[in-house]
Amino acid sequence: MAKLKIRENYHQARWDEPIIYELSTPGERGILVPQPDKEIKDSSEDVLSNLPEHMRRKEKPNLPEISQKHVLAHYLHLSQETLGSNLNNDISQGTCTMKYNPRINETLATLIHHVHPSQDEDTMQGILGIYYKFKHFLKEISGMDKFTLQPGGGSHAVYTAASIMRAYHESRGELDQRDEIITTIFSHPCDAATPATAGFKVITLFSDDETGVPDIEALKEAVSERTAGIFITNPEDTGIYNREIDEIVRIVHEAGGLCFYDQANANGMLGIARAREAGFDMCHFNVHKTFGTPHGCSGPGTGALGVRDHLASFLPIPTVEYDGNKYYLDYDRPESIGKVRGFFGVAPVVLKAYCWVMMLGAEGLREVAEISVLNNNYLQKKVEEIPGVKTWYAEGRRRLEQVRYNWIGLEEETGVGTDDVMRRIGDYGIQHYWTSHHPWVVPEPFTLEPCETYSKTDLDEYAAVLARIADEARKDPEFVKASPHKCASNVVANPEEFNDPDKWAVTWRAYLRKHGKK
Amino acid sequence: MKLGFIVNPIAGMGGKVGLKGTDGKEILEKARQLGAYPESPKKAKKALEILIPFMDEIELITCPGTMGEEEAIELGFTPKVIGEKKATVGPNDTEEAAAEMLDMGIDLLLFAGGDGTARNIYNVVGDKLPVIGIPAGVKIHSAVYANHPRNAGEVALKYLKGELETIREAEVMDIDEEAYRKGQITAKLYGYMNVPYQRQLVQSLKAGRPEQEESAQEAIADRIVSEMEEDVFYIIGSGTSIRPIMDKLELPNTLLGIDIVKNKELVASDVGEKQILDIIRGQKAKIIVTIIGGQGYIFGRGNQQLSGNVIRMVGKDNIRIVATKDKVVSLMGQPILVDTGDDEINKMFNGYARVLISYNEEIMYKVKGF
Repeated sequence: MAKLKIRENYHQARWDEPIIYELSTPGERGILVPQPDKEIKDSSEDVLSNLPEHMRRKEKPNLPEISQKHVLAHYLHLSQETLGSNLNNDISQGTCTMKYNPRINETLATLIHHVHPSQDEDTMQGILGIYYKFKHFLKEISGMDKFTLQPGGGSHAVYTAASIMRAYHESRGELDQRDEIITTIFSHPCDAATPATAGFKVITLFSDDETGVPDIEALKEAVSERTAGIFITNPEDTGIYNREIDEIVRIVHEAGGLCFYDQANANGMLGIARAREAGFDMCHFNVHKTFGTPHGCSGPGTGALGVRDHLASFLPIPTVEYDGNKYYLDYDRPESIGKVRGFFGVAPVVLKAYCWVMMLGAEGLREVAEISVLNNNYLQKKVEEIPGVKTWYAEGRRRLEQVRYNWIGLEEETGVGTDDVMRRIGDYGIQHYWTSHHPWVVPEPFTLEPCETYSKTDLDEYAAVLARIADEARKDPEFVKASPHKCASNVVANPEEFNDPDKWAVTWRAYLRKHGKK
Repeated sequence: MKLGFIVNPIAGMGGKVGLKGTDGKEILEKARQLGAYPESPKKAKKALEILIPFMDEIELITCPGTMGEEEAIELGFTPKVIGEKKATVGPNDTEEAAAEMLDMGIDLLLFAGGDGTARNIYNVVGDKLPVIGIPAGVKIHSAVYANHPRNAGEVALKYLKGELETIREAEVMDIDEEAYRKGQITAKLYGYMNVPYQRQLVQSLKAGRPEQEESAQEAIADRIVSEMEEDVFYIIGSGTSIRPIMDKLELPNTLLGIDIVKNKELVASDVGEKQILDIIRGQKAKIIVTIIGGQGYIFGRGNQQLSGNVIRMVGKDNIRIVATKDKVVSLMGQPILVDTGDDEINKMFNGYARVLISYNEEIMYKVKGF
């Protein structure tokens, strides 16, 4: 076994990098595009003349003017100032499920770069076949009857589920009456937000103070003839598995509602428990959490949404089908909610996820769950040994694949709270950890999730670094509060400005305007 | 930078010996006899300690003896002392000192005490000055206190350094100690003081950012106004979460009392129990209430006018509880409390209730009646 090492001498690059606009020099260019020959010029039309007058720019866009070399250097600098995935011990990102993204899958995905979704079906049988087969894997894993891979990420899939729920009640003439969605305080925030976006009212069940899961009595009080359904995560953010999940589903069904299982991260139950057996009508997976594809940074991802037969007709179009001879796209689905994204999803991500499942096989998937839970329980024991750390709710009860801890003890003793420890942990070459979704129900929270990727040495390193920081907090709290000391960026200079619409700026133009620079 | 520093040295003495407060001379004497010793100066020092690195830049103005001078000098400060040293310290001394400091143009007032002390400060200072309380008293129902003495020091330090610009209104509440000792609780909402805000450092009540709180309150008010029915009396409770409802209706609001509205017009302002009963008798009425004080009461603290009889007449199903999500979460899982003094009514609330937290959002939350 590898030797435990705390990276004492870690030091991140600190480039003090300007914003790219500040690197701009008038007239500087990356590429000098040659003028077309006279012959070409004479024979071509004015391409802009087709654009209506009011749509044409009066002024040139204010883009940074910068050479290729400096553009490259700029982005290399920025890349050195991040702690990206596959780079460090990112157990820190609890609820995100950071796992290793096999390099071979990245390579395989490049093989389909030349395929365009507008091609004729006959010319992309390969990738359609992979869609079809991957959906079969997901059906087997979840027990659902039909899947769509069109949504571009987890919340998008949950929004699609909310749209399907709406379409279902509408088809039965009950949408006006059934306008309430139930969720829980520790379910992912999108389980409340996306039904709200879809037009539902949201009723959130608070957790019982002892058990950490919602009381069945609260649910019974919440359901009525107005209930459209429930959107629930299990285990929730706390890592506590709700053993009454089938009873919850039964109560909601009895009231006439549908049940959606947010399984964005199914790491704790792959091959062990299925949404179908718990009685759910729908579930989804974030393939970047559960099936080993990279986190997309809000970019191209895939949220796989599965439904039981009675909801299949509402799935987005097109669906990928197989007629026994060839794969095809089925647009002829009159009850469908329509498209939720262009084309039929992000093919390279589906390909990577397919490869990941093929690599592991059924036994491998189950082993993923077993190791994830084992890793989590081992880490929990180590972390709880650190004075100042406690686990909120249900003391002594095992968690599944993640734990929401708290630093209340350390904060009370030293004044060093979770935000301070979070900044300091970066000084040891470890990704700053995830505290909690907001609002913080558990005070001074932090959430760790050591999935199957991590070795015992990784887990030991992580716990040792936390223990080291708790020790530093006792000896020199100001030092920890002033951290990070060895990371690229320090604390935000003017946090107040994030709350001030007259100061915050998400574009350079807004920055110049709001700060009176130009 | 002028920092006012007032310590109520006797605050907290009653608590350790089970006296539920230290208001009144006899009780103080009794506390002393029971072996109580001053807790407050120790806690005040914990807060002031935080300011030591910033000592040279602060002009510290304080009161004689254990009302601040001694604590400051022990920590190495050289404070400017106002007023004269007296043998015994009483509420008047706190008020006189606060008034003088206000005249001197201090930037912030840091004070140590409990709810009684907060009331004294409030009587003089109102909303004219930012304040932060060091929790040292037996009763801390007021939200003007930090959640730990050290954090009061942190808030003061950050505010004086210009790192905290956000100010929020925080409740000044107190219960009648005399009645409390006899087993009856009557709490009153006295008003609001301005407190520099930082998450995690101030009393857990209203833990959210003021900007978010405000927009959540607006959303709640929009909902309440949009669902108002014709010819129904709306009994509008007290508290800042309720105020935006009256603002939406463009009606004058009694922040610390109860107003009645019908057909979006004001029927009566600042009404008492009898008046409410007279107005709604035989009519359809609804009550809009929010959580008042750090302990999660919706009835029985600061709104005694909404008595058991009023609630009985209105009916439980016609009560709408509103509060922002942050305020609900800041109860840390403790139930919402009902203590109307009417056992039957209190018990009726046991179980779960919906709390409106935004335009389209509710939380199902545990309620406990005494």
